[in-house]
Amino acid sequence: MARKLPAKDVVIIGLGWTGAILAYELAKTGLNVVAIERGPWRDTATDFPPAYAQDELRYAVRLDLFLRPEQQTLTFRNNASQTALPIRSFSGFLPGNGVGGAGIHWNGQTWRFLPTDFQLRSHLEGRYGKAALPADMTIQDWPVTYDELEPYYDRFEKLCGTSGKAGNIRGQKQAGGNPFEGWRSSEYPTPPLKQGLGATLFAEAARKTGHSPFPQPASNLSEAYVNPLGVKLGQCTYCGFCERFGCGNYAKASPQTCVLPALLRFPNFSAQTESEVTKINLDSTGKRATGVTYVDTSGQEWEQPADIVLMCAFSFFNVQLMLLSGIGKPYDPQTGQGVVGRNYAYQTTSSVSVILKDKILNPFIATGAHGMIIDDYNGDNFDHTGLGFVGGGYMGFGQTGARPIQTRPVPKGTPKWGAEWKKATAETYQRACSLATHASSYSYKDCYLDLDPTYKDRFGRPLLRMTFDFHDNELKMSAYLTDRLAEIAKAMDPVELVASPRKGPYDSTIYQTTHNTGGTVMGADPATSVLNRYCQSWDVHNVFVPGGASVFPQNHGYNPTDTVGALAYWAADAIRNRYLKNPGPLV
Amino acid sequence: MSCTTSLQPTRRLLLCSAAAFFFVGTTLARARTLAGSLPWEAGTATPPVAVRPGPWMFFTADEAAVVEAAVDRLIPPDNRGPGGKDTGCAVFIDRQLAGPYGRAEGLYTRPPFMPGAATQGYQLPDSPAARYRTGLRALAEYIKGNFAGKSFRDLAPGDQDTVLKGLESGSIVLKDVKSAEFFALLLANTQEGFFADPIYGGNRDMASWRLIGFPGARYDYRDWVDRHNEPYPLPPVSIMGRSDWTVKD
Amino acid sequence: MMRRSLTATVLFAGLTGAAFAQDTQSFDRIERGRYLAVLGDCAGCHTAPGGAPFAGGLALQTPFGTLVAPNITPDPETGIGNMSNDDFLATLHEGRGHNGKRLYPAMPYPAYTKMTDDDVLAMRAYFATIAPVKNPVVSNQLPFPLNIRLAMAFWNGLNFTPGRYQPNPQKSAVWNRGAYIVEGPAHCGTCHTPKTLLGGDKNNVALTGATLQGWFAPDITNDTRKGIGGWSIDDLVQYLKKGTNNWTLASGPMAEAVSHSTSQMNDDDILAIATYLKDNGEGGVSAKPAVVAANNNVMHAGAAIYKDSCAACHKDSGQGEANLFPRLAGSALVQSDDPTTLARVVLHGTRAVATAGAPTGPAMPAFDWRLDDAQVAAVLTYIRSNWGNAAEAVSATAVATQRASLAKSP
Repeated sequence: MARKLPAKDVVIIGLGWTGAILAYELAKTGLNVVAIERGPWRDTATDFPPAYAQDELRYAVRLDLFLRPEQQTLTFRNNASQTALPIRSFSGFLPGNGVGGAGIHWNGQTWRFLPTDFQLRSHLEGRYGKAALPADMTIQDWPVTYDELEPYYDRFEKLCGTSGKAGNIRGQKQAGGNPFEGWRSSEYPTPPLKQGLGATLFAEAARKTGHSPFPQPASNLSEAYVNPLGVKLGQCTYCGFCERFGCGNYAKASPQTCVLPALLRFPNFSAQTESEVTKINLDSTGKRATGVTYVDTSGQEWEQPADIVLMCAFSFFNVQLMLLSGIGKPYDPQTGQGVVGRNYAYQTTSSVSVILKDKILNPFIATGAHGMIIDDYNGDNFDHTGLGFVGGGYMGFGQTGARPIQTRPVPKGTPKWGAEWKKATAETYQRACSLATHASSYSYKDCYLDLDPTYKDRFGRPLLRMTFDFHDNELKMSAYLTDRLAEIAKAMDPVELVASPRKGPYDSTIYQTTHNTGGTVMGADPATSVLNRYCQSWDVHNVFVPGGASVFPQNHGYNPTDTVGALAYWAADAIRNRYLKNPGPLV
Repeated sequence: MSCTTSLQPTRRLLLCSAAAFFFVGTTLARARTLAGSLPWEAGTATPPVAVRPGPWMFFTADEAAVVEAAVDRLIPPDNRGPGGKDTGCAVFIDRQLAGPYGRAEGLYTRPPFMPGAATQGYQLPDSPAARYRTGLRALAEYIKGNFAGKSFRDLAPGDQDTVLKGLESGSIVLKDVKSAEFFALLLANTQEGFFADPIYGGNRDMASWRLIGFPGARYDYRDWVDRHNEPYPLPPVSIMGRSDWTVKD
Repeated sequence: MMRRSLTATVLFAGLTGAAFAQDTQSFDRIERGRYLAVLGDCAGCHTAPGGAPFAGGLALQTPFGTLVAPNITPDPETGIGNMSNDDFLATLHEGRGHNGKRLYPAMPYPAYTKMTDDDVLAMRAYFATIAPVKNPVVSNQLPFPLNIRLAMAFWNGLNFTPGRYQPNPQKSAVWNRGAYIVEGPAHCGTCHTPKTLLGGDKNNVALTGATLQGWFAPDITNDTRKGIGGWSIDDLVQYLKKGTNNWTLASGPMAEAVSHSTSQMNDDDILAIATYLKDNGEGGVSAKPAVVAANNNVMHAGAAIYKDSCAACHKDSGQGEANLFPRLAGSALVQSDDPTTLARVVLHGTRAVATAGAPTGPAMPAFDWRLDDAQVAAVLTYIRSNWGNAAEAVSATAVATQRASLAKSP
C-alpha cells in the first residue's frame, strides 16, 4: 500500500524550530535531508503580512494559525480515577502547526535555565535534605550541565538576535541585567527593548522594595539585525499583536525569519508539507529505524527510508509517535516502570491585576517579550527553608498587549455585562495592567502521558492521553510567589489590586502557557529516561529527539524555547561530530 | 506556467523564473515539495473577507429580533456610544454562525460523547450554530410560557435584563438546554462582535475602540513607547481603513 | 600508449566533431563559454521551468502571439548539434537561425551582435558539452501574418545594425569591459532602453527605462532623480552581486537577472559594469516636475494610508531598512516617470531576490484587496511628492487599468 521513496540520509519529522536548526546543521555537512511537516508552508508576506496580521478575532480567538483538533488532539484527565475525554477545542494550551510551528506565533520570551536547575535533585537534596522533597516527586538531574550548554544557548540567541541586557558575563556582574542568571559568554546580540509606562512603574516599585528588575530577554528585536546565517531581521514596532500572531515586520525570531531562507538554498535539502508522519519504521530487531511512513492529503501512504530519524515535532507528538512506533518502554504509573510518557510537566502561573489612578498606560503598545522582570524568587535563588515547597519563578510586568476582545479589565465585582460593565470597561482600559508570575512545574509519579484506550485520530491511531494535576508543592509555591508580587504591586500605589494565585484542580480550558514538557526525558540512566545526554534514544540508536521540550526531566521557572534551541544545537553537534563518524550508541 | 513578455527579449516574470526553476510541483494532492528557494506566488494570500450588509444568513427573522434585543441589553446604548444592536453585534453573530465557526469546523467531533468534569471542557456534539438554534427555541418557549405569549423583544428592558440575569445564573431552567452555558456563549459572541475588527460585521464605525481608546489595526508604535502618560493622538483604523483614507472632494 | 590515445582523441574529434573548430575540448575555453552564457543569461529563456538545461520549450507570450524558445542542446535533430560555427555566429550576430531563417528579436541579437567572434565561439564550445536532449520545439507560434519570418527583413532594416563592440580608446580597460558586457551579452538595453512602436531600441535615450507587460525597468542612467545618479559605484556593485543595497532590493524580472546572471558574475566584471554605468551619459538632472502640494486632498489621504499601511516597514521617514524594506525617500524607482512597477507592487506584492550574499528574500504583501484604485493612486502620489521626492501624481484610472491587466495576466 505505501509507495516507497528513494532513501535519504536524514528524515526530520516536523519543520519547526528544532527541525529547521537540525536540517540546516546536517544539510551543511552535505547529507541528503528531507523534512516532513504535517501542516502547510507559511511565509511572512503571504500568511501574516502587516496588512491583516493584526486581526484579533481571526488569530487570537479563532486560532487560525494553530493546530486544528480535528487533525490531531489529546485526551485529558486530572487523575487516574477519571475517564480521559478529548480536548475537542484547544484553549488551555495551543499547539502550533505548519512550517515554522509555534515558532511563528510565540511571544519571543527567551530565557535560559539556571545552573542549579540542571542539577535539580542533587542540589535540592544537598541543600534541604532528601526529606524536603515529596516522595512522589520524580524530578531528576539533567544529563548536561549549564556550563556545557552555555555555548549553545549563546548560539541560539545569536541566531535569533535576542534583545536584552546581560547580568553576568563570565562571572562579572553587569548593572542593569539579571543578577541571578547563569554566566554568559557575551552580551546579548541586540540591546533591550524600550519600556512603556507600566513596566517602568513596576520596575520602580520593585527597586523600592529591594528587588533587582531587568528588561525581559526578547526575541522581538530592538533593532534590525543580520544573524550568522546571513539572514536579516527587522526592528520590532511594538504593535501589540505578538503571541498567537505571525510577525509582519520580520522582527520576531522564527524559523521563517532566522533559518529557512538559508536552509532552502541547500540543494540537498527538501521539505514535504501537509504530510503527516504516522509511524517510525523499525527493522526486525527493533533496535534500528529504517525510516518513516507518512500520509499526504490525498490519503496516499509513502515510505521514506533514511539512515537517521529526527523527531522534531511538538513535545506531545514526539511522545505519541514513540509510543505508536514501539520505541522504548511505555511508562506504567502503577509500577513506576518504563519511561516513554513519564515526567510530564507544565508551568505554574498566576497573576496580580492592578488598576492605577490617573495614568495613561497605552497598554496596546507592547511586544511579546518586553517588560521588566525580577528573578529574585526563581529556582533556588531564595532560601526555601520552612516555606513548605521547592521551586520558583520569575515575576513582573510582561503584558504583551491589550487587544480588546480578550483584554479589557474592570474593577473587581463589576457585572459582566450591561451599563455598568460598559462604563467600567471604558474607564479602566487605560489604567489597568496585569502582572504575572511564571514558575516551575516539577514532575510527579502520577503526571504522565500515554495512549488513550478509546479515542482515535483521523487515521485510527490512539490519541495521546494526558493525566495531570497540580500538586501541593506547586500550589504552595504559587501562593507564596503571588504574595511577593502583590507586595511589589502595592508599592505601585494602585487604587485596586487583585491577587489570583494558581488554584487546583488544573483546568484544561483556561489558557496557562503552551509549555508542555516531558514524556521523552533525557537522562543519565535508561531506567529513568528515554534519551541519553545527546538526545539519542537508548533503544534505537539512529533515532534522536533533538531538543524539543519533551526531553525536559521537569519544567523550570522559565519559558522553554531558549533551552529547546540550545539543545537542538547541542544534539546537532553530537550527531555531526560523534554519531556520523561512528554510528551507534553514543553513551 | 505562462509568462508574459512583449515582443522584445525580456526577462521572464519572477513567476516563471527563479521560483519556478526550483519549485517542483508534485503529484501529491495539495502536499507540496519545497526545495531550492523560498516559494512565493502572487495571489496566494488569504486576506479576510469583509462582511457585507444584507439579509440575515443564519437567523430567521424572529431569531434575529430576539438576538438584536438581547445584545442591546448586554451592551446598552448610552451617552458613551451606541449599544450592541447599532454596532452590529447581531450581524456579527449571524455571519459567524453561518460560517466555519458556526459549523465547529476544525474541532474534534468524534464520539463517544460523555459528560466530564468542568476541567475537561465542552463534550457535546452540538456546534455553535446548533446551540443557538436550540437555545433560542427554548428561550422563546420559556418567554411565551412566562410572559403571556410574548416574545423576548416585546418585553420592557427591565424585564429583559431580569431574564438575562436568570439565564446567566442558571436560575431560569430551559428545556433541554443548560441556560448558563447558553448565556455564556451568547455573551462571549456579543463581546467578540463588539470589539472585533469591523470587517466582521460588528463594532460598526469602530465604536468600541473609540469607547476604550484602542487604536485598532495599527502596526507601528516605535515613536510612542517612550512617551509615557501621553494620550495616543491618532484615530483608530480598521483592517479596511478609516475615513481619512478617502480623498475628500 | 600516450601517442595512440592522442591519435584516437583527434580521430574521435574528427569523426564526431567535424562541425566543430579546434580547441573545443579545451577546458578553459568551455569554462569561458559557460561564463559567457551566464553573462548572457541564456538559461533565462532556453531552460524551461523544471526542464532540462537549455532544452527550450519555454513559451514567451508576446502581445503579438506566442514564441517558444528553441532547444539549444547539442541534439542533432531537435537541437543545435548540427549547427556549424558560422551558423552559430550568424545567430548571435545577425539574428539568423537554422537554415538562415530570421529570428524574432525575442532573441536579443541586436545586443549579442556586439560580442566578439571569439566569445561567441567559446559559447558554442560550451553548448556542445551540454547533455543533448531530444525535445522538438516549434518556435514560431505567432499568428498569420506575423509568423512570416521574412517580415523580419523589413524590421531589421529599420531597427538593427549588426556590428561588434568598438572599444573607446579614451576610456580605461575596466570601463570598456563594462561597456562591452552591458551593451553585449548582458543586453541591459533590451529591457531598460525605451522602444519604438515597432519594438526597436530608441538609441538616443538608451537605458532611460522601458515598460514591459506590467513592470517598469527603471532608468539606469545617472539622472539623480529618476536614475542611479545618487548611487555610488559600490551601491551598484552590491545590487548586482547580492540583489540588494542600501536603497532597494531587486524583484520582478530583475530578480531573475540577478539570480541567474549578475550574482554569478565575477567581481571584476561587476565592478566593470558599475564603472561603465556610473560614467554613462544621459547624466544630469531631468526637468523636475512640480511637487504635489502637501495640503492637497490627495496628499492628505495618501499620508493617512501611508501612516496606517506602509510606515511599519518603510518608516515614517521613508528610509525603509537596508536590505529588507526599500527606501522610498530619494528613491529613483519611486520618482520614475512611469509608475507601473509602483502600482503593481502595491497591488500584487512581490518578492525580493535571494542570493548567497543576501539570502533573506523578503516580500512585499499585496494590497489589492485592501485599497481601491483611488486609494492606491493617493498613496503613490503621496510617496512621489513627499520627503523631497518630485514626480507626477498617479491617477485612479491608471491604477484601474493596471489592476485589470494584472487580473488577466499576472
